[in-house]
Amino acid sequence: MDVEGIKSKIREVLGDVPFECTGFEGYVCVNIRREDLLKVVSFLKEDPSLRMDFLMAVTGVDLAGIEEGKGFRVLYHLFSYTHRHTVVVRVDVPRDDPTVPSLAHLYGSANWNEREVYDLFGIVFQGHPDLRRILLPEEWIGHPLRKDYKQPDTILGFPATRTTMMDKVRAARAKGKEE
Amino acid sequence: MDERLDADTSQHDKDLREMVLNMGPHHPSTHGVIRFILRMDGEVISSCDIDIGYLHRGIEKIGEMVPYQGFVPYTDRVDYLGAMFVNHGYVMAVEHLLGIEVPKRAEYLRVLADELNRIASHLICLGSITMDLGAYTPFLHGIRERERINDIIEELCGARLTYNYMRVGGVSFDLTPGLRSKILDFLDGLDVFIDEFNRLITFNEIFVQRCANIGVVSKEEAISYGFVGPNLRASGVDFDLRRDVPYSAYPELEFEVPVGRGFVGTVGDTFDRFYLRIEEMRQSARIIRQVLRKIPPGPILGKVPKKIKPEKGKEAFSRVESARGDLFTYVMADGTEKPYRVHFRTGSFNALSIVPKKVAGLMVADLVAFFASLDVIAPETDR
Repeated sequence: MDVEGIKSKIREVLGDVPFECTGFEGYVCVNIRREDLLKVVSFLKEDPSLRMDFLMAVTGVDLAGIEEGKGFRVLYHLFSYTHRHTVVVRVDVPRDDPTVPSLAHLYGSANWNEREVYDLFGIVFQGHPDLRRILLPEEWIGHPLRKDYKQPDTILGFPATRTTMMDKVRAARAKGKEE
Repeated sequence: MDERLDADTSQHDKDLREMVLNMGPHHPSTHGVIRFILRMDGEVISSCDIDIGYLHRGIEKIGEMVPYQGFVPYTDRVDYLGAMFVNHGYVMAVEHLLGIEVPKRAEYLRVLADELNRIASHLICLGSITMDLGAYTPFLHGIRERERINDIIEELCGARLTYNYMRVGGVSFDLTPGLRSKILDFLDGLDVFIDEFNRLITFNEIFVQRCANIGVVSKEEAISYGFVGPNLRASGVDFDLRRDVPYSAYPELEFEVPVGRGFVGTVGDTFDRFYLRIEEMRQSARIIRQVLRKIPPGPILGKVPKKIKPEKGKEAFSRVESARGDLFTYVMADGTEKPYRVHFRTGSFNALSIVPKKVAGLMVADLVAFFASLDVIAPETDR
């Protein structure tokens, strides 16, 4: 289905609710509010002319470096094996309340992909059956892919940095120059 | 005996009988470091939890700290058996970001490198399945053939494992003069090897019994859990990115897409996933022969700006059919020389997520066979 077709389809579900829809070469990008996420994605999945049955990826982005005061963005790349078209659904969430409804009951792959975003960004997926850290140890403090994450001096009791041979060489050179 | 008493003790018995077994992180069949936490009732698994992340190196975070071109060597480390594909996926995403055109010759060289790498990766996968099931010799035969591919790729780009071959806008080296005949020699040998491999192990009675009807993944489950590549096709979904969402030089090449059809058991069982990879190697060989015939002369690197600085807020994604299926790469720019966000979603990650659901009721030995046939590479899941 082409850009206009997909746009009018989503307009059908959302009614008067404002949303952004941009067409790119080969795919369509939709910006929606997080309240509408479940409604839109389950429609995209169930509608026979759309059938977005493959959740390609769940990507988290911290928008702090793009625009001052912005929160996070969660991207869902959806693909249809039946019709071979791609739709990207984007949801922006504020920094002080990073929650998004979970899609784990719609797509099996959402389970682990959402756990990964939770682990690295601290975005909470409401209704997720098993929201735990997945890549980092459970005792880890903070969420490393956030832009305001500061690497601690020690991690789980181990020093995060260590002096290498090069550090010693540099120190010796600096000392030599002084003298 | 009193019935109520009976009911109480059965639960109590079950609790006593069940044992928690840690399989891994260092277990010969996990091919890397993955930990299965199995709840066992005798030999039978009643539930399973997977602990991954032992090989998490924060590659996505590193991506935010190095320039666009400088990140290519890191992408090799995402998947050490299929470094070309991750190279390809990343440079393609950056090219989408900049709108760079890649010269034809470079596209053909990329396909050549990809397909050689695919054969190498499948050889390891096939070998390790048989090794996990107790046959050590086929693994060594696979390694021997892969060594010849390593020699070819070494001559092409100077590295045997972490290739760093592709560049934004093209590739780093052209074919060397004698390489064409070397590759053709290898392909002739590969046909003989595949027949020999089939005689040696594929249709071996014991091997077939260990694989057929084990770990059956239905079409619906495969799609829902985001299975990709050979695993998806083994479950009966006729989909290949190279043919259906064409990229690079694939539209100009002819090949077939093998699909699982229950070769000896059910569609989507362990044997299907194994046999499909053998078929895929034949198709890869066919593609390489065509590439060598059709490759046009010309430059191998397109016009790329000295400093790559895409516009702020621009984003792009790419999909590449890697040896473990659809590799998704996402890149976002913030107007500086470094990517703002890089994300990889790899085939192994999704494939592994179905294991806890499927293994309840299987024996540990069947878990080993099922898991090996998914071709999960630990660094690829953890990044």
